Amino acid sequence: MALLDIEGLSVAFGRPDSPIRAVDGVDLAIEPGETVGLVGESGSGKSVTALAVMGLVDPPGRVVARRIAFAGRDLAALTPAARRAIVGKDIAMIFQDPLAALDPCYTVAFQIGEALRRHGTPDERRSARRRRARALELLAQVEIPDARARLDAWPHQLSGGMAQRVMIAIAIACKPRLLIADEPTTALDVTVQAQVLELLARLTREHGMALLLISHDLAVVAQSVSRVAVLYAGQVMEEGRVPAIFASPRHPYTRALIDALPEHNVGRARLAALPGVVPSASARPPGCLLAPRCPRVRERCRIELPRPAHGEGSVLRCFYPLVPRGAVAADMGT
Amino acid sequence: MLIAVAFIAFALFNFTGDPVVFMVGQDATQAEKDQLRHDLGLDRPFVVQFARFVGRAVQGDFGRSLRQGRSVAELLKERLPATVELAVVAAVLALVVGIPLGIYTALHRDSPLAHAVMAASLVGVSLPTFLIGIVLILVFAVRLKWLPSFGRGETVAIGWWTTGLLTASGRKALILPAITLSLFQMTLVMRLVRAEMIDVLKSDFIRFARARGLTERAIHFRHALRNTLVPVITITGLQLGAIIAFAIITETVFQWPGMGLLFIQAVNFADVPVMAAYLCLIALVFVAINLVVDLLYYAVDPRLRVDRTATAST
Repeated sequence: MALLDIEGLSVAFGRPDSPIRAVDGVDLAIEPGETVGLVGESGSGKSVTALAVMGLVDPPGRVVARRIAFAGRDLAALTPAARRAIVGKDIAMIFQDPLAALDPCYTVAFQIGEALRRHGTPDERRSARRRRARALELLAQVEIPDARARLDAWPHQLSGGMAQRVMIAIAIACKPRLLIADEPTTALDVTVQAQVLELLARLTREHGMALLLISHDLAVVAQSVSRVAVLYAGQVMEEGRVPAIFASPRHPYTRALIDALPEHNVGRARLAALPGVVPSASARPPGCLLAPRCPRVRERCRIELPRPAHGEGSVLRCFYPLVPRGAVAADMGT
Repeated sequence: MLIAVAFIAFALFNFTGDPVVFMVGQDATQAEKDQLRHDLGLDRPFVVQFARFVGRAVQGDFGRSLRQGRSVAELLKERLPATVELAVVAAVLALVVGIPLGIYTALHRDSPLAHAVMAASLVGVSLPTFLIGIVLILVFAVRLKWLPSFGRGETVAIGWWTTGLLTASGRKALILPAITLSLFQMTLVMRLVRAEMIDVLKSDFIRFARARGLTERAIHFRHALRNTLVPVITITGLQLGAIIAFAIITETVFQWPGMGLLFIQAVNFADVPVMAAYLCLIALVFVAINLVVDLLYYAVDPRLRVDRTATAST
């Protein structure tokens, strides 16, 4: 059974009679211990998908899903209080800007202890000493140098990378089974990025924790996860195992993302890029959402919305996909 | 800053009128007037008068009231407790009512009660103080006859401090003026807390707190409220000064025997020493309150404390 099982997830904003869909029918499943990437441009609905899982979409946003299940329990059917008992304990989430995500008025030890007091073992809930000891242990786990001195540090005394480690320590304090990392390295220097990604990889490995890594950076995702879903305008365009997707993407959009990576553009004057922007959630084309920007667009793409086609460990939403290397040419869905 | 206020106050009042005209009878001769002027030192050059005023003021001697012939320090000391009591009660009332209402309207933005409170607060912000006072007198003193319309009631002396808080009539007399004085501050505090809190609730650390599955209570009060209080303390502190200063209007409406009333009477008689001393005292209060506000910051906002652990980099 999948640890996290999302089916037909939509998040709409705006008036009910003219909804603006930030997420539009996303399916995603994560197995225990699996690392999955969610990639897309700004505004593609990556973060909103994660927030919907956490139950953190603020009104006026409306979450509709056929199913959001965690370890077999339907999260949408839980009361807010029952959901809070899972969120933060079994599912944890870290955010993009670590310095803004820590409350400036409380020390590192207090903010780690807060999670323990709420979700920790009975021992940790009772004893402040136990919590402090555990906080120290966690800081050491996330490789913060001189951890003992950092316990009583205030957030403003931390650098970005240090704050991100503290946030990770808070997130893993209660040994979650799934960690959602929303652009965890975007606000950091490149060297620190690599360290944080390594840290996340080690923690998932050691704790058998599943990871949903959200990023706009295909390179970050490629080195950190085993499976990736490509999101465009709130829809999953393509999903598959990392080596396969990178070696031979089948969706024109995935292809365009890979072509836009700087390493594929060495020696060229300009990076390869798709013309145009993501269609705004309020003004969508009637057919395939990529149609106005797609280099392979045909008449059918402009009229009809392609349905996701499920293959062997992969998903593809395209009428005229790219031909995988070494395979016989065959248009899907025709 | 105090010197500047003293100078401006002193200079201003030299143009408010000639106190001698009020002091002597209508049929006094020019020679009598000149004699009095000389006795009071009013014929000396402006700079000399000012220097003498400052020199004495720092020793707590503000001279004699030209009208009552008593020491100004004595007069102010007598009136100070009434004003301080009124201002403190008004400020406490403003905070005790304003902060919870602000929190409530921030957390339940769409509830009918919150809308009603917000609408009512507009009245509080826009109605002038004297009108509120007069309306309250009309309703509670004249029509319902529940509360007295003027004065301080019976007071009890504790040392040189007189208090109306210990007698029933004193407490009753305090209610209307305190409400009048605090209404504007109350709405201000409420709207400020609401705006700040709504802002803080949108911040990343609140979202992260929610993502940790903390209880609503912990999120609202431990994280959101604490971060809301920093700007609220500033404004509240400054407003406390304003309360004492604006007590003039309320004291006049309710004939409250405080410093504000003393000041208004002094203005009517061009009683320069009283006016100057009052303004200096108000300036002193503002300076003192700013100091307290800065110290409170230190307690609330850890970013302002001296770093015990050095800022580190990864």
